[in-house]
Amino acid sequence: MIQGIPIQCFLIVSTIMFFIGICGFIIRHNLITILMSVELILNSVNINFLVFNKYLFPHQLQGHFFAMIVVAIAASEAAVAIALFINMYRKFNNIEVENINEMKY
Amino acid sequence: MELNQIMFFLLAGLILIFSLLTITSRMILRAAIYLLIVLVATSGLYFMLNFEFIAAIQLTLYAGGIVVLIIFSILLTSHISHKFEQPAVANAFAGILTGILGCGVALWSIMKFPFTPTTQPPLEVNMKQIGMHLLNTGNYGYALPFEVISVLLLAAMIAAIVIAKKGN
Amino acid sequence: MIDYTYTVWIPLIPLFMFLILGLLGMKMKGSLAGIIGSSGLFITTVLSYITAYLYFFKTGEVDGTYQTITAFNTEWLNFTDTLRIHMGVMLDPISVMMLVVVSTVSLMIHIYSLGYMKGEKGFQRFYAFLSFFTFSMLGLVIATNIFQMYIGFELVGISSYILIGFYYEKPPAVAASKKAFIVTRFADLGFLIGILIISFYTKTFDFDKLISSDGSIFSGMNTASFMGVSAITWALLLIFMGCAGKSAMFPFHIWLPDAMEGPTPVSALIHAATMVVAGVYLVARMFIVFHFQVPGALIVVAYIGAFTSLIAAIVACTQFDIKRILAYSTLSQIGYMILALGVSGYGGEEGVGYMASMFHLFTHAMFKALLFLIAGSVIHAVHTNDLREMGNLRKYMPVTFITFVVALLAISGIPPFSGFWSKDEILAAALEHNKLIFYSSVFVAGLTAFYMSRLFFSVFFGKKPHYEHKPQESPLTMTIPLMFLAAVSIFAGFIPFSRFVTTDGKAFETTLNYMIAVPSVLIALIGIGIAYFLYFKESNVPDKISSSLGIFYKTALNKFYFDEMWLFVTKKIIFNLISNPIAWFDRHIVDGAMNGVAWVIEKSSYKIKGLQSGQLQQYAFVFISGSVILVLCFIYWLN
Repeated sequence: MIQGIPIQCFLIVSTIMFFIGICGFIIRHNLITILMSVELILNSVNINFLVFNKYLFPHQLQGHFFAMIVVAIAASEAAVAIALFINMYRKFNNIEVENINEMKY
Repeated sequence: MELNQIMFFLLAGLILIFSLLTITSRMILRAAIYLLIVLVATSGLYFMLNFEFIAAIQLTLYAGGIVVLIIFSILLTSHISHKFEQPAVANAFAGILTGILGCGVALWSIMKFPFTPTTQPPLEVNMKQIGMHLLNTGNYGYALPFEVISVLLLAAMIAAIVIAKKGN
Repeated sequence: MIDYTYTVWIPLIPLFMFLILGLLGMKMKGSLAGIIGSSGLFITTVLSYITAYLYFFKTGEVDGTYQTITAFNTEWLNFTDTLRIHMGVMLDPISVMMLVVVSTVSLMIHIYSLGYMKGEKGFQRFYAFLSFFTFSMLGLVIATNIFQMYIGFELVGISSYILIGFYYEKPPAVAASKKAFIVTRFADLGFLIGILIISFYTKTFDFDKLISSDGSIFSGMNTASFMGVSAITWALLLIFMGCAGKSAMFPFHIWLPDAMEGPTPVSALIHAATMVVAGVYLVARMFIVFHFQVPGALIVVAYIGAFTSLIAAIVACTQFDIKRILAYSTLSQIGYMILALGVSGYGGEEGVGYMASMFHLFTHAMFKALLFLIAGSVIHAVHTNDLREMGNLRKYMPVTFITFVVALLAISGIPPFSGFWSKDEILAAALEHNKLIFYSSVFVAGLTAFYMSRLFFSVFFGKKPHYEHKPQESPLTMTIPLMFLAAVSIFAGFIPFSRFVTTDGKAFETTLNYMIAVPSVLIALIGIGIAYFLYFKESNVPDKISSSLGIFYKTALNKFYFDEMWLFVTKKIIFNLISNPIAWFDRHIVDGAMNGVAWVIEKSSYKIKGLQSGQLQQYAFVFISGSVILVLCFIYWLN
């Protein structure tokens, strides 16, 4: 509980950040920017976990641990994703998302 | 206006502005730097919440690790001076529409929801507490997720090496 | 008591031959296939002769009556308690006689084909299907129940179809095989309905129960009626429809002349001696039912037989294709058998018509097969079917010539050749029961003598056409069957048939009735005399006569326009009024509905396909906007 700042303020910030991330995910063509958008999304979720922990359930550490797990997943996801991008770059000589359409009809 | 409020709005403003810049910047390296700023500002929020440990993780892992990884891959795959083309109108429209619509729905429900905190006494958060819980197998113990996430990290590491290896 | 179980091998050996030749025939040389087929059939023939000997002379009569023996019977299909179909072997005088006829003629044709079909493409196939036909025919003959007989009818129909279409590169052969199949199949439909009606009321298929009962099982059928005619009459008339189809009786006779497109041995076997008498055999088999339950149906049978024999004889006088002449002659002679059954009574002397019919079946099978084989021999030598392109062959083909003399005298009814005896009995039976049919039969006897002599004189005497190849006598494989059949045709008349085959199984003595025999011989001689006068020397008298007959001659030449009538009925009436609307309905409504569904799905699939673009961001957009809409819905519904 922080004096003078209601929980909604944090939530509004994280929500806007989340949807900016989604917006970026849909708009951008470069796979690395898309990955950055995903990081934004994960980060906003992290804020939510911690804020809920702080404001609503201060007697536990659940938010903490979930935030840590999310960070770990983000790290591993980034590692695998970047490995894939490098592989793709070798194949197409760029990393535009339009090139990945193997799942096409 | 109190100091922590000023601090909060400063950090919130930084986060939002640089998030927007991250997804709109047409220079990819700049986008990565903007993302770094967002992540650092977020860790500032964590400091405000008195979560020093998680803030430190945020700084070291996110800002230090992931962003460095991203910049590294940018250097491998892109030309620094290369400017992106403007996104397609349909894509941009779809993305902005989804963003605004979803944002509106989420904000509306946040505003409507009555958040009621527990009445139990708060737990003091320090390194020792976190460590005890993290490796505890009893009540409020997180030994199992800890082990699972460590296996996941190992698997991701091996996968990254195998995928990025040349000549497969 | 003699164990007849071995008779089951009589039909099974040809079946095995069919399987062996059909599956392995392409691997072996043609002559080997022919020898395998013929030797298999030889065993069958020997078994048939043994059976006949044992049946007539060893088991013999019990209380003066030949018994019906069920040598073998096994359940084949078991549908319900009442609907079971058996397969088996039934021996009684007529089936034993038919065994002998079928296996003898079939063996002769197998041997003959070794020479006649030599070097033909598909020789092995020919033998395989000959064996198959023999199997089907024997299975039909020994049927223990009416359903087995129906199966035999269908099997001989299909093998006839295959063998007529043996030269499947020739369009007329294909058309003829289709015509034969469709016409007989259509008639068999009536047979099947008749069977179903009978079995519905009597709850049985077995000939044993149908024939030997006192008629009580038909009591339900006499009371039940449809359109003012009792069920049993309907059933028997429908069964007779099947007989008429198979035996090429009016109005189903149109397929038989066309069937001559097949190889000549096939015509001899199937379309002269065996398959076409299946209908006669079936009527004889059901004779007791016909006679005691519905005498009216028998009168119909008699008139149809007489009518067919008359028109076929008239048409035969005008044709030029030698095989067609023989085909119409066959029609005419089968008409004789049918009318003899129609005028027959039951028991002892009364049943002379029945006996005469079977007798004529026997003798006719022999001399008609002989005639066809002679025709085949002639065609083999001169490479044409047309009577007008032949003549003066007696010098080139002495064996063929002499055997033809025998066959001519046999079919014309000149004593002591076999045809005389059987025809005489038929005339006697007809005289006793129906004067009109008697006179028509006598007239047909004269016509028969005339057209056969016309054929004889035209082929072996008359003009001396120029042959491109000098005609030669056929090889021994072909002449041996000719001589054998000729010998049988000479002596078969002396078999005392009335001692073996009678309506009630009791033997009786027949005496030669000179009141009938003398005029019939005289009229036959007159027929031969006219033919001699017209055709022995080349002359233009026949042309003058035919042109003076004008319209009548033209009608006969065109086979009384029966083909055209059928075409009119089928094409103009049935196709236009029934088939076309149904086809339209099927094409536009049924197919249209299905095609419409398919069209809608195809079009919508093309539209939907675009959704699977493979574009990650599109998926993300759809996923997220979908979730947002779901959330909106939840919020709306929950508040």
